[in-house]
Amino acid sequence: MLYALLCYNNEAAVCGLSKEEDDAMMGRVRAAEEKIVAKSSFGPRLRLMPTTAATFVKAGQDPMVIDGPFAETKEQLLGFWIVDCASLEDAIDAGRHLAREREFGGIEVRPISAYLPPSEAK
Amino acid sequence: MNDLSWIDQALSAVRPQVVGALMRYFRDLDTAEEAFQEACLRALKNWPRKGPPRDPAAWLIFVGRNAGVDDIRKRSRQQALPDEEVLSDLEDAEPSMAERLDSADYRDDVLRLLFICCHPDLPSTQQIALALRIVSGLTVEEIASAFLVSEAAMEQRITRAKRKVAAAGIAFETPSAAERVERIATVAAMVYLLFNEGYSASGGEAHIREPLCDEAIRLGYLLLRMFPAEPELMGLVALMLFQHARVPARLDAEGEIILLDDQDRSLWRGKLIDEAAALIEKAARHSRPGAYQIQAAIAYEHAKARQASDTDWSAIGQYYRMLEVLSPSPVVTLNRAVAVSKHEGPAAALDLIEPLAGPLSGYFHFHGVRGALLLELGRDREARGAFEKAISIAKTPAEAAHIRRHLDQLQLRVVGALS
Repeated sequence: MLYALLCYNNEAAVCGLSKEEDDAMMGRVRAAEEKIVAKSSFGPRLRLMPTTAATFVKAGQDPMVIDGPFAETKEQLLGFWIVDCASLEDAIDAGRHLAREREFGGIEVRPISAYLPPSEAK
Repeated sequence: MNDLSWIDQALSAVRPQVVGALMRYFRDLDTAEEAFQEACLRALKNWPRKGPPRDPAAWLIFVGRNAGVDDIRKRSRQQALPDEEVLSDLEDAEPSMAERLDSADYRDDVLRLLFICCHPDLPSTQQIALALRIVSGLTVEEIASAFLVSEAAMEQRITRAKRKVAAAGIAFETPSAAERVERIATVAAMVYLLFNEGYSASGGEAHIREPLCDEAIRLGYLLLRMFPAEPELMGLVALMLFQHARVPARLDAEGEIILLDDQDRSLWRGKLIDEAAALIEKAARHSRPGAYQIQAAIAYEHAKARQASDTDWSAIGQYYRMLEVLSPSPVVTLNRAVAVSKHEGPAAALDLIEPLAGPLSGYFHFHGVRGALLLELGRDREARGAFEKAISIAKTPAEAAHIRRHLDQLQLRVVGALS
């Protein structure tokens, strides 16, 4: 079975970390990952840029693109795509295609800051 | 993490909105700060036991408000409110608090808090010190060390600044859209000044002052989260991130500044550059260019060049031209001239800067750039004059050393010509 592990935290606190604190936090994350690969293997692992770098494409026939606010708290994360695009505009276009297929919610376009490919299966 | 640093991080992350909301409630900065302190103490007591509340800001505002009211009542010898043990379960009160916090009030609270620090009668260093104390919650000791003054002197400076702010009166009504835009611009300028306080440091001071850059970036993010559709705030954060990305490469072993052209670019922090690039791309969608966005775009051109010789000076020249139109200043023209010299040659650049001789007569970089252009054109005697002028007004040993290298080059030419 494939599982997605989604990381939630207070962005204001994490963005406020100094380089040293951030490195220390990532060090702990890597150590935890070491324990995970003892039993399981990883698909891609990634770190997202903060929401301040994101745009939001609202659902609908003629999707509106806004800088924020993003999904309503009553909406849940249902899935995601990773796309490789030459520009933000292309990524938003991809979001538009998906946003047109729905009446509610929308597609958040969030740049990825770090990407680790799948690990070797044990 | 098994220590309590998570509480400290959580408390400092929400400090601006909590103090901002408490100030709106009490209409007084000191009372708001004391109430926040009290709420933090109670958080330190309660959170380890019960776990953090769902909405830490709402919890702190609620508890801080009660503590402040309690304090005011005590002072007026009225009956005290029940203490937090009785009020301890905030679950019922929290949702409504949180709802109100989501509204525009909350961002105006934080903006107000930052804006009062930018009182025009306060010199910029005092504005910055006040913001670090009130908004960021740094201790006087931390601020004093970053500004390289004694704690007592900084204490006095902040107290005086606070008194001035209080005497000026604070506008508590919700700002109009135009006022809000104005406030954002004022506050953004203060944040960038704060960044430069940290960034321009060199020598032994550099390490001590770097936290000022971290703090400026933190405040930039805070503004951007509150006003996510303001392209100039995206530009401001991007600009700071681009510059901050160069930190590992910009000082040599002696702590002297290494010029952009000579920096080891492999040391630049790619993560910050990527994020800054994402921000200016997002800002560009608004087609509302501003000074921060353009400066960030210039920084991006530098960031894109693997080595100094790959730099697209023509693009940079065009950005400086835009900047000249948007916010004309002799220093901007001087910078454009540097870009022009790289892709059109020294003669065109020299024409551009000759009219600046008056306004920039006391500006080190003007004489340095002029000397370098003259040197390139082979006008050695005039170049020497410009370099000597530059050295006489250099502010740091690094600036003087840079010019001395040019003078040495001149000297070599003379020797070469004679031999």
